[in-house]
Amino acid sequence: MAAPIVIVGAGQAGLQIAESLRGGKYEGEILLIGDEPVPPYHRPPLSKDVLLGLALGEQIEIRSRETLARKNITLLTGVPVQAINRERRQIAMADGTRYDYRGLALATGARLRRLTVPGSELQGVVGLRSLADSHVILAALKTARHVAVVGGGFIGLEVAAAARKAGAQVTVFEAGDRLMARAVAPVLSDFFLALHEAQGVEVRLGRTVMEIVGKEGRVTGLYGDDGGFRRADLVVVGIGIEANDRLAAAAGLDCDRGIVVDACSRTSDPLIVAAGDCTVLRDAVHGGMRRLESVQNAVEQGKSAAAALLGQERPFSQTPWFWSTQYDVTLQMAGLSTGYDSLVLRGNPATGAFSVFYYRQDRLIAVESVNRPQDHMLARKLLDAGQSPSPEVVADEGSKLALA
Amino acid sequence: MVKVIYVEQDGARHDIDVPEGWTVMQGAQRNGLDGIEAECGGSCCCATCHVYVAEDMLGLIPPPGEMEDGMLDNVVAERRPNSRLSCQITLTAALDGLVVHLPEAQS
Repeated sequence: MAAPIVIVGAGQAGLQIAESLRGGKYEGEILLIGDEPVPPYHRPPLSKDVLLGLALGEQIEIRSRETLARKNITLLTGVPVQAINRERRQIAMADGTRYDYRGLALATGARLRRLTVPGSELQGVVGLRSLADSHVILAALKTARHVAVVGGGFIGLEVAAAARKAGAQVTVFEAGDRLMARAVAPVLSDFFLALHEAQGVEVRLGRTVMEIVGKEGRVTGLYGDDGGFRRADLVVVGIGIEANDRLAAAAGLDCDRGIVVDACSRTSDPLIVAAGDCTVLRDAVHGGMRRLESVQNAVEQGKSAAAALLGQERPFSQTPWFWSTQYDVTLQMAGLSTGYDSLVLRGNPATGAFSVFYYRQDRLIAVESVNRPQDHMLARKLLDAGQSPSPEVVADEGSKLALA
Repeated sequence: MVKVIYVEQDGARHDIDVPEGWTVMQGAQRNGLDGIEAECGGSCCCATCHVYVAEDMLGLIPPPGEMEDGMLDNVVAERRPNSRLSCQITLTAALDGLVVHLPEAQS
């Protein structure tokens, strides 16, 4: 009997590969292996609806176990993969079990970057990546009165919003001089700073945490680099993620802070593909390696990876898009603003609904929208089509924007 | 449990019992209805969980908010008066027997 296609990682990307294989009429065995104890689930709600108590674990499952069984996808959960033996075309599990593969897909995701300051190991100092992490924070928010958030990126700010809604006093420490600096323009950082301050969050820009202190192993507070002490019964660390590429690197696949893939999700081994947060892609425009941490990237790379396993080329070239929800504000982003040389506002930030259009050498490269879903969806179409509306039209709300 | 009847383009009908408090999208996802993609997982950010709600119960569902309305303008299939994003329909006992039709495409 032919060996199965083995997929390591049962998150969004891994599941997509499995389902796209079935969609591509592959009828052989599929083994989908996850190290978490639960079936594949939507990760974005972890810092939103789950923390707000609006969604339980099963509600965010993308597919139930029964559904996967019906699609003839064998799901193994709670079992880490330990090694890949490319010569034998085998993977080895932590318990010693080995599985042969005819094709291998790596969708191993990412892990949290950890704080290294003294006290980081105290109980009550947590990160947010998995459903289990989210449940820990949800439970802690029921009693926490002082919450410190380390990192003013999407995750940190979404947690800050949830903590405020739970009634805690919240302080956000951001080492940079503005919020979400890696992703958005200063005008948006300013908007979200004002939003969080209006909601009662104390935002400490340009400040880091020097030491976390506790009593009987549990966090009680922390010291900022200004020497000031702050009480905290919960510290949530959101300072980014690192690709899980150890398995791939140990097997000798090309890695560069992520598993290197081409636009068709192929690795340096013709029998092995990779997709999602664990990958890096050479950036055709700016050079260097680029990792996109997004659902869309996981889904699209997953489709390409499945195609590659079936011997087809399906390059992924869609415009990247992302979103964040904080309080009643939805931020939607299309394209990558890296390297922009001018920007144009559509709408007025003071009204709470506006978009920022980014240009590079007169070419539209990205659009970020706050509570303007029409702008976002149109931006995706414009960017996919390579069209650049003139800045004058964009700035004039009376002029209709449309795909040419 | 609230019974939701999902009808695919080819007329295939799926009667699914979904817990109260869940959304129409969540019921479809766990049960593997491919006609609902729900890429954003229920954040009203992707417009890939579009459904047409049968008229008899449309009035029992709170009308779309501004975000949903804006996203509905951009669904891939035709937007009709009974178009909704299924991640924004939370099931209550009153919606038992709700019929939703899946559009020809989501993306």
